[in-house]
Amino acid sequence: MQKSLILSAAVAAVFAGGAHAEELTGTLKKINDTGIITVGHRESSIPFSYLDDKQKPVGYAMDLCHQVVAAVKKKLNKPSLVVKLVPVTSQTRIPLMVNGTIDMECGSTTNSKERQKQVGFSYSYYVTAVRMAAKASAGIKTLDDLNGKPVVTTTGTTSDRYIKQNEQGKAIDVKNVYGKDHAESFLMVDTGRAAAFVMDDILLASLIANSRNPKDFAIVGPALSVEPYGIMLRKDDPQFKKVADDTLAAIFKSGQINTIYNKWFMTPIPPKNININLPMSDKLKEAIKTPTDVGI
Amino acid sequence: MGQYQWNWGIILEEVYGTGEYYYQWLITGLGWTVATALSAWVIALILGSLIGTVRTMPNKWLAGLATAYVELFRNIPLIVQLFLWFFVLPEVLPEQMGTWMKQDMPMPEFITAVIGLGLFTSARVAEQVRTGIMALPRGQRYAGQALGFTLGQTYRYVLLPMAFRIVIPPLTSEFMNVFKNSAVALAIGVTELTFQMRQITGEYAPGNPIEVMTMVSVIYLIMAFSVNRLMAFIERRTQVPGYISGGSK
Amino acid sequence: MDFNFSAIVDSKDFLWEGLKYSASLTLFATFFGIVFGTLLAMARLSSIKPLNLAASAYVNLFRSVPLLLVIFWFYILVPLISGVQVGADKSAYITFAIFEAAYFCEIIRAGIQSISRGQVSAGQAMGFTYAQNMRYVILPQAFRNVVPLLLTQTIILFQDTSLVYVVGATDLLGAASKVANRDYIPVEMYVTVAVIYFTISFVLSRLVKRLHTAIAVIR
Repeated sequence: MQKSLILSAAVAAVFAGGAHAEELTGTLKKINDTGIITVGHRESSIPFSYLDDKQKPVGYAMDLCHQVVAAVKKKLNKPSLVVKLVPVTSQTRIPLMVNGTIDMECGSTTNSKERQKQVGFSYSYYVTAVRMAAKASAGIKTLDDLNGKPVVTTTGTTSDRYIKQNEQGKAIDVKNVYGKDHAESFLMVDTGRAAAFVMDDILLASLIANSRNPKDFAIVGPALSVEPYGIMLRKDDPQFKKVADDTLAAIFKSGQINTIYNKWFMTPIPPKNININLPMSDKLKEAIKTPTDVGI
Repeated sequence: MGQYQWNWGIILEEVYGTGEYYYQWLITGLGWTVATALSAWVIALILGSLIGTVRTMPNKWLAGLATAYVELFRNIPLIVQLFLWFFVLPEVLPEQMGTWMKQDMPMPEFITAVIGLGLFTSARVAEQVRTGIMALPRGQRYAGQALGFTLGQTYRYVLLPMAFRIVIPPLTSEFMNVFKNSAVALAIGVTELTFQMRQITGEYAPGNPIEVMTMVSVIYLIMAFSVNRLMAFIERRTQVPGYISGGSK
Repeated sequence: MDFNFSAIVDSKDFLWEGLKYSASLTLFATFFGIVFGTLLAMARLSSIKPLNLAASAYVNLFRSVPLLLVIFWFYILVPLISGVQVGADKSAYITFAIFEAAYFCEIIRAGIQSISRGQVSAGQAMGFTYAQNMRYVILPQAFRNVVPLLLTQTIILFQDTSLVYVVGATDLLGAASKVANRDYIPVEMYVTVAVIYFTISFVLSRLVKRLHTAIAVIR
């Protein structure tokens, strides 16, 4: 691993002279040939990637991705590269990546070993823990309190698995309910159709912050899993991955990441000017200090 | 892009980290599809026959009400109707009832889907039944009345037995539709066949969508074929001699 | 339960965009569905066996599976097979044109079959080729006979376009659900789209009914 890093650094140094000195492969070649880069975004993954009040995709991940796109433009020497934004759901992001519809996905996608069989990931730009959100008045504290209750998760996300696994392991009986996306899943807790929503804590925090009465909800229970998020890329596509990784590493190193983080997590954000107010976690600080693309 | 890795055996593989197998998911899905479709069909047949019959009655007020029912359920897309039952109804009901619907009602998605699909289909069945009754020569109605039958008796002994045998062919296609339309129930979270397919191709085995989707399509084709044969059999048994029954097959 | 009217007003532009997409999808699929459906109908009535079989297989296949399944098929597989990049909004155009062709085909076939043999023979006697006979004698009459049925199918098609919501396209329902989930107003949004769908479908179906009566009188 170390050796290949040094090697690739050496290769990069050798070819640093001209942008087109190395032969383009994979996604970069495709982008160069078509003149289009297609970015997959989410519609309700606040504050990573979601639609603002003008229905324009914005967010923490989108800001980072725009910089990657800028780096691609620079590398290919194509300032007028067309950037196509394609909305994806947790359901469709992997098929659309595998089949070539999107070139990169900027949302809140966990970098998991299982997913790495199909797709690639950039350095992690966020670290989250899977927990549950419930009505504060419901008195739900642990997984056991969910016995016999309806629990919602978004169709096609990893959290789905934690319920399934926990159902077996702890022998509690949970009624699985499915929402199409995070917003719909949360709506189910809000309207009382589900007792809890199992999901990454940051997504829960932002959904709560954006709800009508944030005090009505609480994030409870143990961390079912700690998960790194990365920009999803095509598998085995080292050239494009390097552009993404280098861009992120530079943002991390220069400290610009703190500005971007504060913009989305510590100050009011559209569409409702609500402040999520979530300071940077130690796990994330670690991931920024030593960039990594290791999945769970 | 040109490097699809075929794996038809995917269906026999274990779903990562669950101890279950893909084929088990599909069988569960098929079970819910059949249960949803058949339960909805029972509702549709009973309500549809009733409302279709009422529409042909001389009482203007009743007939008008039945017509309004049909128009209402025919002119709103099924998926929107399911959303109305699932997301809207519990919120507009008195709070206690709404909460019961959301939390304590057993199998809320399934029951909502059955009722929603049942009512949607009942409007279409009602149309067929009405058409069947209207297709009968007026003389039949008069004959019944001439025999001194009450309105109820005329319907019970003269019109309905004939009408039902006439409407069986068009009802066949409605019966097929109820199976196909049951897929829409995935929108409110019923884990039927198409839902399972989406779940598998979306997250668990996104590398092999063609295999999984082909298998699911074949299951639907087999289902459609079986329904078709069953109804052809019933059609033959109930054919009215001397009548060319409608329908192409 | 307070019904929040101002929220509906606030989202009217977005809903309008959704409705425009639904309408354009309906018109596109109707046009190409009828064109393709006519060819299929001619193939199904053709005496050339393989053509006949292929068309029958096509029609029976698409009439036996749920539209939702077909939407997923095209959504995931069109880009995979063709290598062309299409999003949910675009792939729906292809899906609906291809799917609805099977239904339009059956309507048009019935229309063609309703033309009496004498007409066909008359055309042949005038020395018309097969194409000319179709073009000048059979199809114009066949179409006129089935116009109400074609229009009714179009109304059904309009309602069916709401299913593209499941692949994340922003049709009328998709737009409404996005607003509903973002602003927590499912009641307002779903009631609004139900009213819009109902009004459009109901008015159109009344018009079709009147047209039907008008045509029946001329005949």
